[in-house]
Amino acid sequence: MAPANAAPTIEINGISKSFGSFKVLDELSFKVAPREKLALIGPSGSGKTTILRILMTLEGIDSGDILIEGDNLYRMPANGGLRPANEQHLHKMRTKIGMVFQLFNLFPHKSVIDNVTLAPMLTKGVRQAEAERHAMELLEMVGLADKAKAMPAQLSGGQKQRVAIARALALSPKIMLFDEVTSALDPELVEEVLNVLWRLCAETDMTMLLVTHEMGFAHDFADRILFFDRGRIVEEGKPEEIFRHPKQERTQTFLKKIIAAGHRV
Amino acid sequence: MEWDWAFVIQILPTLLQGVKITILATLLGSIVAAVVGLVIAIVRRSKNRLVSMPMGFVAEFIRGTPLLVQLYFIFYVLPDLGLTLSPLVAGVIGLGLHYGTYTAEVYRAGIENVARGQWEAAKACNLTPFQTWTRIILPQALPPMIPALANYFIAMFKETPLLSAITVLELMNQARSIANYNYRYIEPITLVGAFFLVISLISVIGLRWLERRYGRIG
Repeated sequence: MAPANAAPTIEINGISKSFGSFKVLDELSFKVAPREKLALIGPSGSGKTTILRILMTLEGIDSGDILIEGDNLYRMPANGGLRPANEQHLHKMRTKIGMVFQLFNLFPHKSVIDNVTLAPMLTKGVRQAEAERHAMELLEMVGLADKAKAMPAQLSGGQKQRVAIARALALSPKIMLFDEVTSALDPELVEEVLNVLWRLCAETDMTMLLVTHEMGFAHDFADRILFFDRGRIVEEGKPEEIFRHPKQERTQTFLKKIIAAGHRV
Repeated sequence: MEWDWAFVIQILPTLLQGVKITILATLLGSIVAAVVGLVIAIVRRSKNRLVSMPMGFVAEFIRGTPLLVQLYFIFYVLPDLGLTLSPLVAGVIGLGLHYGTYTAEVYRAGIENVARGQWEAAKACNLTPFQTWTRIILPQALPPMIPALANYFIAMFKETPLLSAITVLELMNQARSIANYNYRYIEPITLVGAFFLVISLISVIGLRWLERRYGRIG
């Protein structure tokens, strides 16, 4: 659990984002404490994935501010004021953040171990031997040390996703973003990925943001749940409150639908 | 007119000189086209319209005008502007620029075929744009394009006789001067056709092999 009054790791202040005329995020604000495990839930199109993509700088914002450990993500200090961040600033900020994608996005032309060692070697100048030693530790942790020499095409979806997690961990980010990491998996492969997330939770002190439709996992895993609808936070609270005693009608309807669709809460 | 084998043997060495120049022009032209096409494709992807639009215009302009006119321009007009090139260099630049606008389309399609998630994963791994291109995008995009690129290089090979118009002593030019000098066309021109056919066939066999080798990724 995160200490209640520590300086936030992530501070989001009134950000808005539109795709054309569709407003995905509407004056959104929230904070994430150090080491907090935060689950973002809500119907599709509610903006939860967009938040992760904005934090990873895959999408920009139209207005508002995001602070990562006190540093402005999309603006940089210049002549006493702030101006839009350049590539250099974004590069520096991205060292604090890692992301795991719904569709894994492994590099198909690289072996498993090369997927994991590539970024540390290219972005941090880590030597190959050292990068490989660290990569083997990470692959060990996700249970895939024996697949180090395999190509991604030879792996199952669950294995690919565990490699993708190892790849993101290789850069030792302080913040990890998980974007529906089990949604593309066959049901019998979901468990092995969730188990890895549990291990990360127990063995690291990363701040973790998780967009998920696995309500049971969100309930057990998260310190706090944010329920999104139409680009706003409709309700937030501890898992127990959100899942057992949702206050907002919108949350209640959503959870009913999810349960009707066969998800365990 | 009868086919004269003695004449064939007499002119063969000169024609082979021409074959050498034809092959040299094709290889150098292919290298220029491969590089020019890649540059056009990458610049046209730029989000900065002040960069991508002019490049698009130039590429369409080159593709929309005949290679022969471009060769004349490079060889006969540029000297008036202070740039004098040897015939072969002018020819290689002409072939390379012209076919570069075609290979650019091959690159464009190949680059677009790389999943969007690869760009995003590269960014999440904090790679620089240069590293993203050289380590992630091009290694995936290039192998499937090799057959299509090779196709254009074979097409370019068959257009090299145009270089005779700017005095490059390639195969066609050699044959024509032999023919004009001896008033015999049947042997030199037939041999030119035969040389092109044989080299094309060998190239096509090579192309089939490339297709089997690189036609698919993964």
